[in-house]
Amino acid sequence: MADTLLDVRDLSVRFETDDGTTQAVDELSFTLAEGEVLGVVGESGCGKSVTMLSLLRLLPPTAEVSGSARFGGIDLLAASSAQLKRIRGREISFVFQEPMTSLNPSFTVGRQVAEVLQRHLGYSRKAAGARAVELLDLVRIPAPESRVDEYPHQLSGGMRQRVMIAIALACDPKILIADEPTTALDVTIQAGILDLMRDIRDRLGTAIVLITHNLGVVADIADRVIVMYAGRKAEEAPVHELYEHPQHPYTIGLLGAIPRRGVDRLQEIPGLVPRLSEPLPYCAFAERCPRADRRSRSEVPQLREVRPAHLVACFHPGSE
Amino acid sequence: MTAPPPVLEVEGLVKHFHVGPQLTGGGGIVQAVDGVSLTIGPGELVGLVGESGSGKSTVGNCIVRLVEPTDGTIRILGTDVTHLSRREMRPLRRDVHMVFQDPYSSLNPRMTTGAIVGEPLRLHGIAKRRSLEQRVVSLFEQVGLRPELRHRYPHELSGGQRQRVGLARALSVQPSLLIADEPVSALDVSVQASILNLLRDLQRDLGFSCLFITHDLATVEFLCDRVAVMYLGKIVEEAATDELFAAPLHPYTQALLSAAVVADPAAQRARTRVVLEGDVPSPLAPPSGCRFRTRCPLAEESAPESVEVEPLLEEVAAGHSVACHLVHRQREAAQLLDLASEPA
Repeated sequence: MADTLLDVRDLSVRFETDDGTTQAVDELSFTLAEGEVLGVVGESGCGKSVTMLSLLRLLPPTAEVSGSARFGGIDLLAASSAQLKRIRGREISFVFQEPMTSLNPSFTVGRQVAEVLQRHLGYSRKAAGARAVELLDLVRIPAPESRVDEYPHQLSGGMRQRVMIAIALACDPKILIADEPTTALDVTIQAGILDLMRDIRDRLGTAIVLITHNLGVVADIADRVIVMYAGRKAEEAPVHELYEHPQHPYTIGLLGAIPRRGVDRLQEIPGLVPRLSEPLPYCAFAERCPRADRRSRSEVPQLREVRPAHLVACFHPGSE
Repeated sequence: MTAPPPVLEVEGLVKHFHVGPQLTGGGGIVQAVDGVSLTIGPGELVGLVGESGSGKSTVGNCIVRLVEPTDGTIRILGTDVTHLSRREMRPLRRDVHMVFQDPYSSLNPRMTTGAIVGEPLRLHGIAKRRSLEQRVVSLFEQVGLRPELRHRYPHELSGGQRQRVGLARALSVQPSLLIADEPVSALDVSVQASILNLLRDLQRDLGFSCLFITHDLATVEFLCDRVAVMYLGKIVEEAATDELFAAPLHPYTQALLSAAVVADPAAQRARTRVVLEGDVPSPLAPPSGCRFRTRCPLAEESAPESVEVEPLLEEVAAGHSVACHLVHRQREAAQLLDLASEPA
């Protein structure tokens, strides 16, 4: 077993807004091992993105974050902003969904890659420029020598996402957090980006947290998967185990909802995600769950290991 | 006795957009759709699949005349609607309706959902006052919405509920043809499933035909009877759904199918991927000859023919058409063999 790189315990995130409070993440714990690809799956509003943003304190000041996140001997959630500045983009870096809005339209892509090198690693302008070409080559952008002088609008969506990955990799980070990195891309382009991420992990040993709503993408690349629902972890297991023996009714519902051939009806999950003004004192999925009983509606199910390395937060786990 | 006319017949549809400074004679022409032919029979669900920029949405927009086609003909239930004026088009609007991708921007935020659903009925003079109210209530029930929601405004509804409102509006006048442009792409998987189930149920109950425009092969596989695959403004392959997924012939279709991820780690990791090089060329200047040749893994084999001649969409088996030089060449070779082996 590889060493633990990131250890998050009891992470809670709460937003105070004019419309009241929202409990976006509720006592979430997880770990990330060196060189591991961790898939975090869930639908809109389940807290998967907020979780990752909170780790580097990228949330607006209305967010109240509690818990701990140990990374390389420090607690990210208690670190000073000077410490965080050294970690952000250098040890832990991000790739977001929309590559057009993440890049600055008025600078060449080469300059944007070089900026990271100059700022974090103290490269000279010239050395940074040369390294930028190498990085674009690393993410398999054809003709990197000429591409460095182009502006984001001159590149296609797939190429822009490769530039974003090049920027994220510039300082050889230990962790790459990719938030829906292929959602805005076409399938043939998505396949290339997934291949690239797999290659980065294999060659550079970078641990990757992949946040996505797409169970197909997770099946392709993740080693371990966390399924989130309403700010809590519903299920966690190694990837093959999860798809072969899903235990939580929500996971089973999600897998059954994927369109495919030869089925007459897709599985539906009736109802809506609950409003999270307070941490729910019962199972968040109870209202939509075919297995819910009185206990599910009065008590929060704790995570327990039902099969080797397979955790479920449900009073009635089991595949079907 | 003559067979009923197809619900939709599109022939040689072309849509070119001018871009850039036209006054000074500059700019260029985006060849968004370049010669698309498509027929949809009564009660048929046809998927139009392609990646961004393939022109699939423009085809849909041309059919409902949201954009003016540059060339070609569009016949709805046998009537040529290509050049009808807006006024002449109006009675025909009952026959074709559209559901859009974004349930946020396609509903008027200042109208209640009930008024939105009832508007086509009102405008076509089909129902008013009490009967309109009753129709709206029954439409809400039909698409699985609580009728009380008709007094709410779109912003008070979830994405899935809004898409149901969009469907109820489209089906209110019982159209013969529904154009659905990425109706579930903006929704979460579990919501997507309920909308797809609903669309299937409604189609079976009401029997309308549907052109389902999407980039997602899995939804097509679930929903459609037949599929047409578009690449850079042209249909490259068309076949019955089962056949297309089991035995795709065009290299682009093969690449597209192999790139789509499946939610099964063992199967997904065992697949061999046809990786396409490079990006989709600009529709401002599509490649000569075969438009797919710049990314085709078999480009060398089909050169120089693929550079010089545009492959035609030809039927290679019953109901299965392909536009690829290599497929045509193989078929010709097989035919020659057949001829040679026949006894004189």
